[in-house]
Amino acid sequence: MYNLWFNRVHIKGAIKPKICIVGAGPAGFYAAQHLSKKLEKSEIDILEKLPVPFGLVRFGVAPDHPEVKNVINTFTKTAQHPNVKYYGNISFGKDVFLQDLQRFYHVVLLTYGAEEYRKLNIPGEEFHNVIPARKIVGWYNGVPTDKDLNLNLDGERMIIFGQGNVAIDVARILLSPIDQLKKTDITEYALEKISQSKVKKIYLVGRRGPLQAAYTIKELREMLKLKGCQTIWRNEDFSALTSEILGTLARPKKRITELMISSLQQETKLQPELNFFSPIFFRSPLEILGEQKAEKVILGVNRLVGNDILTQKAQLTDKTEDLECDSIVTSIGYKGVQVDPSVPFDNQQGIVKNTDGKISTGLYTTGWLGTGPVGVILTTMSNAFSVAERIVKDINVDNLLESNKKGYGGVQEIVNKNNIPVVNWQDWEKIDKHEVDKGKIIGKPREKLVTIKDMLEVANS
Amino acid sequence: MAFNILRTGHRIGKILNVKSAIHSTQRVLTVGQPVLNKKEVEVTFVKANGDRLKAKGKVGDSLLDVVINSNLDLDGFGACEGTLTCSTCHLICSQETYDSLPNKPSEEELDMLDLAYELTDTSRLGCQIILTEDMDGLTVKVPATINDARS
Repeated sequence: MYNLWFNRVHIKGAIKPKICIVGAGPAGFYAAQHLSKKLEKSEIDILEKLPVPFGLVRFGVAPDHPEVKNVINTFTKTAQHPNVKYYGNISFGKDVFLQDLQRFYHVVLLTYGAEEYRKLNIPGEEFHNVIPARKIVGWYNGVPTDKDLNLNLDGERMIIFGQGNVAIDVARILLSPIDQLKKTDITEYALEKISQSKVKKIYLVGRRGPLQAAYTIKELREMLKLKGCQTIWRNEDFSALTSEILGTLARPKKRITELMISSLQQETKLQPELNFFSPIFFRSPLEILGEQKAEKVILGVNRLVGNDILTQKAQLTDKTEDLECDSIVTSIGYKGVQVDPSVPFDNQQGIVKNTDGKISTGLYTTGWLGTGPVGVILTTMSNAFSVAERIVKDINVDNLLESNKKGYGGVQEIVNKNNIPVVNWQDWEKIDKHEVDKGKIIGKPREKLVTIKDMLEVANS
Repeated sequence: MAFNILRTGHRIGKILNVKSAIHSTQRVLTVGQPVLNKKEVEVTFVKANGDRLKAKGKVGDSLLDVVINSNLDLDGFGACEGTLTCSTCHLICSQETYDSLPNKPSEEELDMLDLAYELTDTSRLGCQIILTEDMDGLTVKVPATINDARS
């Protein structure tokens, strides 16, 4: 029989490694999974700012993608491992600081993600109807700080800047038949508002061409199959894509490009009764114009420069064109925030300075905080496993276990002193059950609690 | 068989003693014969470091089922639990094995494979390979990036 224990690492000496993971999203849970498997004796504590776990799996994954959330089952198993503990409602950089954690733990692993959104930095971005996609996602997914977002869906035409999967998620959620959304765990207030939405046309504007678009093929195919929605491409955006170029592409890029081209070729005439989704390439927003609100955008026409066709950069020409709209969504990427001034930070890239996950002796990062906001769950998982593996090795190599440490006992002294109510795994299970029960009544898999107060109340019930 | 149940989680299959089949992006359960009557076939998973993990699976099981049921040491394998929304159950077949598999990959499977590391022309997702009686002795390769954490 295959032995699950044989590849465990033996740690020299009698001191048990105490590891603190900051952030209970996928990166944190996958790291904890690997560490708890590889270290026979250890204390692995996951601290989370919010009372509830799972980070972007709860707050980022679109409500109509419940299958993606199946990873929660694995995370739950990890949380129930005897060496792993979850402590929610403890905010790093506010309640506890890096200095504290390094005093209490042999290893600190920062996995608190990339929660800040990038701005266009153009005139007119401050209009009230220019909204970051990150806030819309937070709003429909029940992020406590986004629940009161004043999203105006009274106009027909929306421009989304950015062509990643977040941009597509927002477009799909806003253009989906409401009956499809009703069966998801989308927040009830978002469902109510979207059911009144007048948004009918969404333009998805990107600086570069079809070959550089960041959305993945599954998300694109879903858009093309969306009920009641027509996808319209602009012929000229594809004029440079000769069959010769297509032939040079590796399979993944080739398949997604062929899908776009075949959709372009299938296009029938515009059906005004349908919703309308239109990707637009080679355009950069220069200025947003309007009286009281954004009404139109001046777009600069780009050309691509560079030798490698896949990594070509956009360069503005002197041509411009106008695109009228009723609202604008910006979706050009996330970045991490420093949170604690003693975390070495690259503000330009929005990531913690690190070399393959290592920041300094005993201090590590993985997930979007360390890599930047790219990739799918597999990317985050592989990165988390590899950084966790490095930690396991470094424990011996860097002599991290020279003295015993307080572990969570140290954190507890601080949170007790400041009267911070901590949410443990059993408390989360109560919240989970409450949400699932509440959802059942209205035919949804879950109705999320959206205030920290409500979460804490249920946790303490 | 008589009726289908929408599959919501991986564990349900074990409890109900049912066999699973995949249709498009949904997992659907068909209530089949009791498991005891079903033929077992042997599958070998070859890890990147050369380790060979042998496991028995029942006809009608997917290769993902085999990994889960036999508790094989493949970290992170099958993150989305067979719902065609990730590529963590990526397996690489020999050309001969690939050609001999009865079901060909769907567009949706290829879409997910396109996001996998170490993609080859003979790559498949383990959740989409359903065991048949003739697959006894099947050998597949597990790409390094899924489970060995590049150690």
